[in-house]
Amino acid sequence: MSLIEQVEKQFETFQILSEDGKVVNKSAMPKLSDEELQELMTRMVYTRIWDQRAISLNRQGRLGFYAPVAGQEASMLGSQFALDKEDWILPGYRDIPQIVFHGLPLYQAFLYSRGHFQGGQIPEGVNVLMPQIIIGAQIIQAAGVGVGLKKKGKKNVAITYTGDGGASQGDFYEGLNFAGAYNAQTIFVVQNNRFAISVPVEKQSAAKTIAQKAVAAGIEGIQVDGMDVLAVYSAVKQARERALNGDGPTLIETLTYRYGPHTMAGDDPTRYRTEDLDNEWTKKDPLVRFRKFLEDKGLWSEEQENKVMDQAKEDIKAAIKKADAAPKQKVTDLIGFMFEELPHNLKEQLEEYKAKESK
Amino acid sequence: MAQMTMIQAITDAMRTELKNNENVVVFGEDVGQNGGVFRATEGLQSEFGEERVFDTPLAESGIGGLAIGLGLTGFRPVMEIQFFGFIFEVMDSVVAQAARMRYRSGGVYSSPITIRSPFGGGVKTPELHADNLEGLVAQAPGIKVVIPSTPYDAKGLLISAIRDNDPVVYLEHMKLYRSFRGEVPEEEYTIEIGKADVKREGKDVSIITYGAMVHSSLKAAEELEKEGISAEVVDLRTVSPLDIDTIIASVEKTGRAIVVQEAQKQAGVGANVVAEINDRAILSLEAPVLRVTAPDTVFPFAAAEDVWLPDYKDIVEKAKTVYNF
Repeated sequence: MSLIEQVEKQFETFQILSEDGKVVNKSAMPKLSDEELQELMTRMVYTRIWDQRAISLNRQGRLGFYAPVAGQEASMLGSQFALDKEDWILPGYRDIPQIVFHGLPLYQAFLYSRGHFQGGQIPEGVNVLMPQIIIGAQIIQAAGVGVGLKKKGKKNVAITYTGDGGASQGDFYEGLNFAGAYNAQTIFVVQNNRFAISVPVEKQSAAKTIAQKAVAAGIEGIQVDGMDVLAVYSAVKQARERALNGDGPTLIETLTYRYGPHTMAGDDPTRYRTEDLDNEWTKKDPLVRFRKFLEDKGLWSEEQENKVMDQAKEDIKAAIKKADAAPKQKVTDLIGFMFEELPHNLKEQLEEYKAKESK
Repeated sequence: MAQMTMIQAITDAMRTELKNNENVVVFGEDVGQNGGVFRATEGLQSEFGEERVFDTPLAESGIGGLAIGLGLTGFRPVMEIQFFGFIFEVMDSVVAQAARMRYRSGGVYSSPITIRSPFGGGVKTPELHADNLEGLVAQAPGIKVVIPSTPYDAKGLLISAIRDNDPVVYLEHMKLYRSFRGEVPEEEYTIEIGKADVKREGKDVSIITYGAMVHSSLKAAEELEKEGISAEVVDLRTVSPLDIDTIIASVEKTGRAIVVQEAQKQAGVGANVVAEINDRAILSLEAPVLRVTAPDTVFPFAAAEDVWLPDYKDIVEKAKTVYNF
């Protein structure tokens, strides 16, 4: 067997729940209370509704930039659920659900979409960064945050997210390598949703898995069924423990799928994906699977689901209302965010814009 | 007061801040045991330990990400880019990430990072080591660009840069590292970023410059003196933001100015200085403001540096042109 075959053999997909909601890996079942299991489902249902509302708000011209998340709920929310409140999240632009459940108020997520500065004003005590646009920049920064947490003796990790395309960037390799070299308290999640906008993952790399890229960096790597919320949760939980035990960073590849377009800015997935492929993945749906699992345990009902859906709709309505009430942005506000103390050129421009704005 | 070379003053500034603030960390390629390829961090690792002064893997972009991450977790990173020609590898971290951190977060986060890097021609390095790329970073909003020309300025400005809560690119001209010594107080002191310094007073023509060209300009001023022309030499010290007040005061006094930079002519710091003079002091001028620069070619092959770089004779000639206008 060739070296690469031997390596790839090590990266079998980690799964706990099968597509029909049956436990297939009992020994790996995470220790979660009934309430925690219900909370995971609640968050996934909530996010599915939020995604639908966001798409419709976008179409009405009331939202702005939006990258749909349906299909990736288990991958996103299972991973965030394994974190401690003080852990850091360095998100990519699609990773809004994680930062909202980590503490960013929903109305601020909407303001971020709209391109309002208040969307980036992360409240004190919420350890998240603003969504990253440059693919890979968050990965090297997460290595840095993980080194900083370790140097400060904190019992916390940094987790960062990118996609299958992101794993092709130079910064991806540099981030993994730095984190390994410094034994950083960092978890790298690659949500492999199979398409970087339109380019299929097969065209990104000769590697059969993204998880195996951990090997070259000398860190742990695991491929996870990203439609299985328990598997994702469990992988991140273990990675977190490993990091805090001083055993180094982990690369987690979650196999998932985005049902919608890349973003709402004109992407048409029918140009690059077949209906057959879409159908293949919707059969793996994270909500369907987890719902079956919970129903079998008597932990979920249609009534509960409806309640969550109603709550989500109500929250979104309130959040949009609050976002609508945000003040109109002024250039003088923006100038104020450039430096701790304004240099003379900006002071001068501040005066110019003050005069202009008072007209 | 001690006599120090510029590189010693730079080391002294880092030592001062490593002592003053436990959150200061110094890192880059070869900065640990080796003390940096120019010995700027000589002795710092043995004095402060590997947790605070350390080597990085050889990847500039990763160094930038590390600095940003350390900044977010309460550190005050001083990162070295081994030669400024390597800035392209870390351009995103510097101008698109660190420089925008405060703005993108509406003032919540910042990047209190000092980016130290050797640059500048005349020392016959391989290509992409010496290039004068200060204009590229000076154009980026959210970051300051400091270029000292003397050991005294080097120490005070570096301490200010490290204490600054916003990112500062601090460029060290390689030709000045060991070419002369100057008086440097052993105690700590700061020099305000964004403040120019009149290195020589004069009344007939202002020579506005920075970096190694300060010394060429001072030599030119001596030559001009012999011919009865009194030149004032203004050392910008910070090229972004510019110290408009000092520039304009000098131009209003002399009525004539030339701007001298080692960098190529197009879209550089010098062009910005000329534009500011045009905006604010055109009626004080007796002659057009001219520039002494390198030509708009790629930075030259090492053996061609002598003919390519501007020298004091070019400055004398240009100063006479505006004087005799």
